[in-house]
Amino acid sequence: MSQNHSPRTTSQRVAWITTVVVASLVLVFLMAPILAIMPLSFSSGSYLTYPLPGLSLRWYEDFLNSPRWVSSLKNSVIIGVASTILSMVLGTLASLGLAQWKSKFKPLVLAIVLSPVVVPGVITAVGLYFFFAPLGLTGSYAGLILAHTALSTPFVVITVSATLQSFDMNLARAAASLGASPIYAFRRVILPLILPGLASGALFAFATSFDEVVVVLFMAGPEQRTLPREMFSGIRENISPTITAAAVILTTISVILLATLEALRRRNERLKGNLR
Amino acid sequence: MTAAFVAGADASSEVPLKRRLKRAERTRRLKALALILPLLLFLLFTFLGPIAGMLWRSVDDWEVRQVLPHTVAALADWDGKDVPGEPTFAALAGDIRTARDAGTIAIASKRLNYALNGFRTIMSGTARNLKTLPEPGTAKDTLIGINPAWGERATWVAIKGASGPLTSFYLLGALDLTRNLDGAIVAAPEEQAIYRDVFGRTFTISLGVTVLCLILGFPVAYMLATLPTGQSNVLMIFVLLPFWTSLLVRTCAWIVVLQSEGIVNDSLRWIGLIDEPLRLIYNRFGVYVAMTHVLLPFMILPLYSSMRSISPAYMRAAASLGASPVTAFLRIYLPQTVPGIGAGSLLVFILAIGYYITPALVGGAADQMISYFIAFYTTETVNWGLASALGAVLLLATLLLAVVYGKLVHGQQVTGGMKN
Repeated sequence: MSQNHSPRTTSQRVAWITTVVVASLVLVFLMAPILAIMPLSFSSGSYLTYPLPGLSLRWYEDFLNSPRWVSSLKNSVIIGVASTILSMVLGTLASLGLAQWKSKFKPLVLAIVLSPVVVPGVITAVGLYFFFAPLGLTGSYAGLILAHTALSTPFVVITVSATLQSFDMNLARAAASLGASPIYAFRRVILPLILPGLASGALFAFATSFDEVVVVLFMAGPEQRTLPREMFSGIRENISPTITAAAVILTTISVILLATLEALRRRNERLKGNLR
Repeated sequence: MTAAFVAGADASSEVPLKRRLKRAERTRRLKALALILPLLLFLLFTFLGPIAGMLWRSVDDWEVRQVLPHTVAALADWDGKDVPGEPTFAALAGDIRTARDAGTIAIASKRLNYALNGFRTIMSGTARNLKTLPEPGTAKDTLIGINPAWGERATWVAIKGASGPLTSFYLLGALDLTRNLDGAIVAAPEEQAIYRDVFGRTFTISLGVTVLCLILGFPVAYMLATLPTGQSNVLMIFVLLPFWTSLLVRTCAWIVVLQSEGIVNDSLRWIGLIDEPLRLIYNRFGVYVAMTHVLLPFMILPLYSSMRSISPAYMRAAASLGASPVTAFLRIYLPQTVPGIGAGSLLVFILAIGYYITPALVGGAADQMISYFIAFYTTETVNWGLASALGAVLLLATLLLAVVYGKLVHGQQVTGGMKN
């Protein structure tokens, strides 16, 4: 038992055990569906039921041999990477500016910058659909990249701003007093220190774009369908085991992103610990 | 700085210093602003502009104005009491002839059909039968001869009501309201009045999901906050992994688990609890399960962080002062989690009212929320005015809740100034 929680009486112990049981059931509820569909993708049969008739990789082969699925994966990566780069540039610059800017308008600007997270996806999608159609940006990669950049930049601003908050501005001042130009100081002093924060921001941005489906639903032509978009129509029509293979591929990518993020966070905490 | 120095400094050198300081401060501000500006301009183009455009569409009434310009002009002074006179009919006949040649009749008749059911038929029939421009003075008789509807006041009220440039028609429609022949706002006819129901349903489902998330999330957050860091970090993976898993994957997983040959039904049948498979998906139950699953991490994480900051010393102090564990929990612990409960609940609720994908995939026809109708009117029936008006109502609700949320978590804001 932890030091925080030291039940002294029987009733307290019962309460704690009940909490642990209920909480564990909820954690199972959170994980169970994801774990339940994974084995189905390795089934040799074409029904999504247990017990599995046998194991095979046929649905992964099916995925890799289907031009539709492969091109959707490719589209997801292209749009994800491009919008991540764009949102990193815009978001990092804005975070640097916001950190030094003192004004009564700052809360308003912050609200505007963060608003794409709050506004429901359908509203953003419909607005973009009306706005981009006359400009010829619907059914194009450019339109989707711009839209996804707008949606993922808030996460970059949040992450990078949080990093900058713990950054000691005196280091930049020291660099300046030693004759470094602002750009040189940024490159050699600020950047290396905030790099883990930037990386986290980039991961968030990529994950946002990679998981986004509502805007894609409205704006993508047949050429730009992303993996989640392809899954959406797959689920609508009829769930084949190929979709479960796609789900496993998507989940694997999520796990890699999450693990990287966690590693960055741990490294950051360790560094902070060393400084103290 | 000593008083003597200030007193000794002459005015001429003091002013430039002040000015220089001011100038330096201004340059600093401008530089900071220059860094923020690219993002603001970008968002203006890719986010604020589109949203403003959508809001504009909810009040924009351009169709009839563009297609029947002379009729609209002739109706400008119409008092709306009797059927208008000959000049207005002549203007309409001229407009219809021009529009027919330009192929724009359908644009106006679609808009007019929203205002008055059957207007499409009136317009297309008139356009077809009006072979030549009527002789001067005979326009009224000719048009009424083609379709007696032109002799009715309601027809002209519909045109006048749709002659723009701005309209409250769509926004009223989104709230199940309409204007009667005299322009007073009244309840819409029953067969059209569905949106209050839809908003009510959206609200009920979102509230239900929020309550479910709170009930399920509270024990988890409490356990994670109470366990030693090492253990809670491991268990946190159970929360973060679903959080990071694609929404589509999770929705798909629930369909596989809950469908009639799914794992849940098969297990229940195998145990012998049921003979026939239960209907667990493509209905309200499925929506609640899938949405709660998707949104639960958004409840657990804020709750966890607020519980983490509660010092166990308070509980020990309460116990040492003789409070029973229940009293201590209710009077000492629970009140301190209220900010976390508020933040988590608002966050879940805000996200839930805008949900589209999950209800669209796991719900039945009667479980679709407001977002579904916005999408439906945008892409299926192309009634962009109504889609925008419904969007405007949803946006307003979301922004109001977001402002409350912002006030609530103000103290914990992540973005601020660097350490100076």
